[in-house]
Parts: sequence; structure tokens; C-alpha cells
Amino acid sequence: MRAPTLDRQLVTVSVALVLFGLATLYSAGQTDVPTRAAGVWHRQFIWFGIGIVAAWIIFHVSLRVLEWISPTLYAFSIFLLALALLVGTGAGTAEGSHSWLSIGGHQIGQPSELAKVATVLMMARYLSGRKEPPRSLRDLIGPVLIVGVPCLMVLKQPDLGSAFVFVGIFFAMLFWAGVRPRMLFLLATPVISLLLAFNTLAWSVWIIVFVLILIAWRPYVWDWVVFLTANLAMGAIAMPLWNRLAPYQQNRLLTFLNPEADPRAAGYHAIQSRVAIGSGGWFGSGYTQGPQKRLAFLPEQHTDFVFSVVGEELGFVGVLVALGLFLALFLVLVRIARRATDSFSSLTVFGIVGLFFTHVFENVGMTVNLMPITGIPLPMFSYGGSFFIICSLCLGLALRVAWDSRLSGYTDA
Amino acid sequence: MNGFDSYRVRERAEIARMVLIAAFLVLSGAFFRTQIIQHDKFQLKAETNRLRPIPLTPPRGTILDRNGLVIAENVPGYSVKLLAPSTDSLRAVLDRVRRYVPLDSAQIGDIIDRYKQARYQAALVFGDASFDVIANLEEHRSALPGLVIQAEPKRLYPAGKSAAHLVGYVSEVTEADLTADRYPGAVLGSIVGKAGLEREYDDTLRGNDGVRYIEVNARGRLVREGAASATLQPTPGKPIVTTLDLDLQRYIDSIWPAGVRGAMVAMTPNGEIRALYSAPNFDPNHFVGGISSAEWRKLNTDPAKPLLNRVIQARYPPASPFKLAIAAMALKRGLIRLNTRMPEPCRGGMRLGNRVFRCWKREGHGTLDLTGAVAASCDVYFYQLGLKLGLDAIIQDGVLMGFRDKSGVDLENELNPIYPSSTAYFDKLYGPRYWSPPGTTLNFSIGQGENTQTLINMMRFYQGLAGNGEAVTPFIVKPSSNRKRSLGLTQQELDGLRRALIAVVEHGTASASRHSDLAVAGKTGTAQNPHGDDHGWFIGFAPAEKPELIVGGIMEFAKHGTVVAPYVVQTLRRYILGPEAAIPVKLGALQDESVTSADNAARPIELNPDSAAARAAVPDSVPQATEP
Repeated sequence: MRAPTLDRQLVTVSVALVLFGLATLYSAGQTDVPTRAAGVWHRQFIWFGIGIVAAWIIFHVSLRVLEWISPTLYAFSIFLLALALLVGTGAGTAEGSHSWLSIGGHQIGQPSELAKVATVLMMARYLSGRKEPPRSLRDLIGPVLIVGVPCLMVLKQPDLGSAFVFVGIFFAMLFWAGVRPRMLFLLATPVISLLLAFNTLAWSVWIIVFVLILIAWRPYVWDWVVFLTANLAMGAIAMPLWNRLAPYQQNRLLTFLNPEADPRAAGYHAIQSRVAIGSGGWFGSGYTQGPQKRLAFLPEQHTDFVFSVVGEELGFVGVLVALGLFLALFLVLVRIARRATDSFSSLTVFGIVGLFFTHVFENVGMTVNLMPITGIPLPMFSYGGSFFIICSLCLGLALRVAWDSRLSGYTDA
Repeated sequence: MNGFDSYRVRERAEIARMVLIAAFLVLSGAFFRTQIIQHDKFQLKAETNRLRPIPLTPPRGTILDRNGLVIAENVPGYSVKLLAPSTDSLRAVLDRVRRYVPLDSAQIGDIIDRYKQARYQAALVFGDASFDVIANLEEHRSALPGLVIQAEPKRLYPAGKSAAHLVGYVSEVTEADLTADRYPGAVLGSIVGKAGLEREYDDTLRGNDGVRYIEVNARGRLVREGAASATLQPTPGKPIVTTLDLDLQRYIDSIWPAGVRGAMVAMTPNGEIRALYSAPNFDPNHFVGGISSAEWRKLNTDPAKPLLNRVIQARYPPASPFKLAIAAMALKRGLIRLNTRMPEPCRGGMRLGNRVFRCWKREGHGTLDLTGAVAASCDVYFYQLGLKLGLDAIIQDGVLMGFRDKSGVDLENELNPIYPSSTAYFDKLYGPRYWSPPGTTLNFSIGQGENTQTLINMMRFYQGLAGNGEAVTPFIVKPSSNRKRSLGLTQQELDGLRRALIAVVEHGTASASRHSDLAVAGKTGTAQNPHGDDHGWFIGFAPAEKPELIVGGIMEFAKHGTVVAPYVVQTLRRYILGPEAAIPVKLGALQDESVTSADNAARPIELNPDSAAARAAVPDSVPQATEP
């Protein structure tokens, strides 16, 4: 048997996305007004180099080693998250948060990014180690704890966006592990209850519908009780919880519902991003030529709103190309997960899909007001060292899984 | 782990694939909505985000005299404006501007006030900046964000002060003007005519503003001058050709005695104004680009009221020139003829009841016919003529002749003359039993009393005398009405009155101004002034037989009309005989005893110390000028 080659599709799509990202980042720096984005594409090039090395290294590490090391890695990332909560500093859009760790005054990284991968590995290890897919709530206590602990710590920083990513990973991996969709739906019901709790009538209707669903699906009695309790509890704590949110978080959620309500402050990002994208039309204003970006109307054009630059300068066509590349990446990753030699590898790769997808959907969605604004980077596009390296590691890992499955002679029968 | 057999996994992969594709369709749909369906809306928002309109001032129409000489034109100038996102940042930039060019804190206050009226527009800093200022600012452009320097046509008045009241001046439209819609089509920042011809013909002269867009960044700072959006070119204003003779206008200014307040008007028998002069005056060029508040204050608080156009905005008792109106009324009514003598000869005064009304000449004129009485300006003759007419007739005919109406000259803010419409006026003013009809009649007969006229309105009457007996509306560009007021005199009577006026200059009160090469007809006058020395009048025309030009002058505190006569005569000579014929007016004329001996008006006539005449004797209703 001849030695397998690298997964050409994954390499092609990844490289295309990274180059697209770098080109967009370069454009983001081309403004008529000096902004912080001016030289970032240079530095991102350096991160690109480091990322390749990181991917190359992880590619040469056996999945067995990763499986073995994952509890340690997970514990370490939890430790870093705790450290960040104690001594962390804020940066960029999240000036007041505790998401960064610094040594000697230099910010060296965001532990939450590492925690995302560590959680994926830990979940993969836990789920692959079970005989059966989780069927009841009792079976889910482990996964809930594995994801819940870092998720709550990130939420405490506070970083709503990253917390959201943990939820994405949780649902994606449980689904891939074989948990029945109706169970996943039941798990999501407390959130639905929470959102509806702001309207008494809607919430009352929901509880009735929910009870009918429970009667129809007949889960375990114990689950029955827990789900109903959780839904009722969410209805009760919704308002106190809302009041405990930081004002900027409340504003973000409110302006998501109506950006025009506060166009100068909280709604500014949402409006300016949509104006930039909307003015792009079919073909955009031309690469590096976007006036809204050039004149600094577009905020955070190199980090959270980098995709708005694509929308303004390359138009709907450019957006479709970028989104198409992301979709292609996910479909390739799903294929790799399906053909993986073992359940740990498979779950890991699908966890990565969950991680990436949540990032992409949330980030791209918020630029057109489809999602509320949370400070969450776009993989391969947004400027930022730690997240770029995490992305590279994930891709390197996926390449290794693909390599292993080819090595074992997997054919798509 | 169970559940990872290839069948189950493939099933889940299918679901995952569908979920992913669905999610991306949702995202694409959101972008399609934003970028394609709502594209126009966001495109507009994007442009209003970054494009700021800068109005382009159109060149104002030129104002020409009848020979094509320029009275007002445009020359290239520069305006300096600042774009600022907030008052604070504007103030900060202005503080920096101060380092390079002079700018006092009052000016800064003005600029900020103006900025507050329209924040999205560039704030005007200098409407007319000198080359030095522009060079200094350009040099430090990098330190002055939001600086907009724009080439703009600016107004130039080559005649300067000499045509000040005639041409008026321009300045930025005020908020009050806009609220009152005084200048249709003007917007904040428009330059409009504020007085004189500039005001009267503003609609024609102004043209339409153009607009260009400049690009600003998120902080409201200027980024690019020539922004993508199309520039709308301004429509230049239309020129106007006037009836004026700029040479004559300048000549009047050159001979006018320094420090004397007064006015002079020259017009043709068909109402075309050739010159219109008021003193003291101001330089309209100083208003271009915004007058400094110090100078504006000075112009407004100066007791000599330089902004007042004394041709149309000051009223004086018409005095002796009004005797011609009395004569015309009597002739028209057929009460007298040109050779009629009055029953009582002039012995230096006339008794009426228990009072004596004196003639200006103590020794008396003896017996005179109408021609002689006009030439000698004999008060006693006109007292008797007035009594013969009666007060009702004087009032009635005066109204018909236009002494109660504005002349209608095409200049804004002309004052209404004061002239009663009936005797009820006196009843109302003094009470029915507190005024004496005969005494009032005598006052009116010699142009005193409750009768004050503007120079332009008296000019209209004399233009009727000089022409064919019909007074037309005087005009500079075009007459405001075609109405003609007939004096109701036959050609013979007109000729007779003219002969009398010739006699005034030949051997009467103005004989000192006589020159043999041009026959001038005219009438002196001395208007009583309870506040100081009397005002002097002279209205004359030449050539006397076939008049080409009528010139009227008034000088405040001149004591006697004979002082004014030489200036009027010189103006006539200059116009009719040309520059060579003009003999320099003796500057000492005001002090010349030989000239000031004649035509002393009737002093003792005092009905009430605080009569309407006393109040009207000085220019009372000075229009309060508004901030330019």
C-alpha cells in the first residue's frame, strides 16, 4: 500500500480561507485615517507562520497521545481560566473584561481559546469512552460538567460570545455521539423558556406546549421532573438574571432587537456594519476601496467586523465566495469525521466543526444583525494570535485524522 | 463506543450536512436582503455618512452704469471654513488657527454661533481671506483638521465710498431674514444684498447656489475635496444696467465738502437717475466677507449716521422750493396769473391778527408779480397767495402732486414724507381749538410747518416742472410704476415758472452761482432746524430752456440754500458741458459772507414749540440697521 497524501481538499480550502483572510486583513488596514488596523496584516503573517508550524507539529502527534493528554490539558486550561479571572486584563473591544493573561505586562493569550479545544478533546475522550451514547439526563451529567465549568468561567470574565461557543460544542458533540435529537431539543428548552419569560403570555403558552411535548415523548420520569423544573425555574429567574447582566451586555441584546434605538452608542456597531455591507451591493466598491472602512465609519474592521469589509468591498458575490469556502471547509471536516478510524478522532473533528461553525455563524450573523453582537472572532479572518494558532491546531489535527483514516485504507464504500 | 457503525455515522453526517447548508442559506439570505434588496437604502446612508455639502457661491451679477462702467463686480477671493464634529473640537481647531492668523475671541464667538445653526455644514471662519492668511493656513494644513479653503467670487465696488448708498452692500443672510423670507431662495450662508441696488435687485443679481461634496471620516474630519458625488455648478446672477453716470457720481463725491452731512441727486426729466449721493458715507467693500463687529458698531453709533441714505431716508422741511408748489396750485386753480401782484406790497413783514409774520428780507421787496416773487423768494407774497388758496386747497393739491406719497424710486426703505391729508390732522395733533388755520396756512405757503419731504420726493416735483408738467416715478434700473402725476399747468405757465427759476440764478437768491455759459434754473431753500443751524436746499436744472438734467442737493446745518447752490450748479455744468467746464467749487464757500447773506427764512413762526415740524425737521426715523 502506498503512503497516503495529505487530504488535498482540506488543505486547499484551508489555504484559500487563510489567504482570503490575510487579503481582507490587509484591506482592513488600508484606511484614510490612521487606525489600529494599519499594520496588523504584517503581524498576522507572523502568526500565519507560527500557525503552520503548530499545525505541522500537531499533525505529527498521534491522536492516542492527545487522547491520553486531554484530561491534563483540560485541567490546565481550567487553571488558566481561573488565573485569568483573578489576574486577567481586558483588551480591545472588551476593555473591562478579564479574558487576557499577561506576563510582565505583555498580553500573551486568551485562555478561553485554549479551553475551547481542550473541552473538545475532553468531551471526545469522555464520550468515546462510554459503551452507549447518553440516553438520559443522568448520562449527561458528565458532558454538562465538562462543558459547563469552562463555559461558566468564560461567562464570568465576561465573554458572552465564547460562552456561546461552548454551548455550540456541547450540542454538536452530543449529536455526533448519537444522542437522540429530541433529547437535544429537551436540553435546549430551558433556554427557550428563558427567552420567552420576558413575555408572560408567551411563556405560559410555552409551558403548556412543553408539557404536551413531554407527555407525547414520554422520557424517563426523573428527566420529566428535571426538565419541567428547569423550564419553570428559568421563567422565574429570567428577570433577576437580566438585571445581573452588565449594562453593555443588556445594551447589545437590546440593540440586536432594535439597532436604531441607540444609534450613537450601543447600536453604532450594528448600524455601521450594516451600512457598509448594504452599500456593497452585488460587486462591492472594489478591493481596499470601501469608503466606510477607509473613513473609519466601520468599527473594529480588523477583528470582530472584518467580514463587513468583505461585504463592502467585494459585494454579495464576495460574501458568497467566503461563505462558500466556509461551508466547503465544514463539509470536508464532516467527511473526515465520518471516515475517522476511531470514535475519539471522529468526535474531536466534529467538535471542531461545532467550534468553528459557532464562531462563523455568530460572527458573520452579527454583521448583518442576524445575531446579537458579541465579541467573537471569525476563524482565519480576524486578527489575533491565540485564536489563529488554535485554528491552525484544529486544522492540523483534522489533517492527521484524515491521514490516519487513509492509512488504514478507508474507502468510501 | 457503540453507535459509531458506518450506517449510523453516515446518517448523522447527512443530517449535519443539511443543517450546515441550511445555516449557510440563512446567512446568504441575510446578506442578500442587506446587500441587494436594501442596497439603495444603505447606499444612501453610506453617502450621508461621509459626504458633506459645501455650498458654492455663484458670482453676483455685475452692476453697470449707462456707459458700461462697472459699479459692482466680482473678483476672485478665498473663503476659509472649518468642518468639525462638535463645538469643542471646533474651538480647539480655532485656537490653533489663532497661532497662525489673527483672530480675536469675539470673532471666535461669532464663528461658533454660526456653526451651531447648522452643525453638519462647514463653519465659515473668514468670508474673504487675504492671500497671507491663506498661505499661512495652507502651510499648517496638517495641524488644522477640517480646514476647507475655497475660491469664491467676492464683490468689489470700484467706486468705493462714492457710490455707497446707491449700490448698497452685501453680506451673509441672517436667521431673521430667513424666518421672514425676505430673500426667497436664500439658504443659511447665502450672500445677499442688504441695501441699495444690491438689495432692490437681489433676486436678479444673486443667482443660485451650487453645491459640491467633500468626504469626511467618522470623526467629521475632511478627507477628500473632490468627492465622488457630482458637483452642481452655481448659476451666476444676471447683470443689471442702470441709468447712472458713474463719472458724475464720482464727481459729486469729489466736490462734496468734507464733514458735511447731506445728499445730492441728479436725474433726467424723464425720471432716470444719473447720480445719487449721500454723505457721510461708508466703504461697501468693507462688508465683503463679513464686516468686523467693531466697524459695524462704529457705523451704527456714529452720530452722523453714515448708513443713512439721506436721499430717501431723511425728511426735511421743503422750505422755499415748496413755494413753486404753492405757485403751481394757484396757477392751476386759476387764482392768479404769472403777472398777478398781491394786494399788499412786501414791507418786510405782514400782520395777521395780532401777530406779524416777517419776510426774510427786513427791508422788504416792494410790489412783485409771481415771477419776481419766486426770484426773490418773497415770503410776504406767498403768505398772501397761501391765504388766497386756503389751507384745504393747499393740502388737497399737495396730496395730488404727490407730497404725501413716496417717490417710488427703486430703492428699499424710502421714507414716507409727512404731509397732512386734511385739516383733521391738526385737530388730532393739537386739539381742535389749539391751532390757528391762518397761521398754519402761512407756514405751509413757505414750505414750513407740518410738511417734511425727502430729497427724492422734492426732486420728483421739480422733474415735473422741468419736463412737460408731468411728474414720473424716478428710477435707477426700471420704474416701479408708470403713473404720471400732472401738475395741471399749461405750457405757458410752465414756461413762466421756469423763467422765474432762471431769474433766481440770474439775479435772484442764487446769483452768486451764475455762470454765463450755461443757463441754470433753480430754487434755494433754508429749512428751519430747531436743533441747530438751518439746512440748506438747492434744486436746479439746466439748460434752463430745454432741461437735460435736474440736480437737487441738501446740506444739513448749512444755514442757507445759497451754500448748496454752487455744488448743484457745478454738477449740472459737469454733466452738460463736460469735465473741462467744471470750475472747482470754492472750498471756503460755507464761510463766505457774501454768499450767506441772502434768503433768510421767516424765523418767528412758532405755533407750538413742540410742533410736528420741529420734530420732523431733523431726520427722525432713522431706520435701525440690522446686523449684517
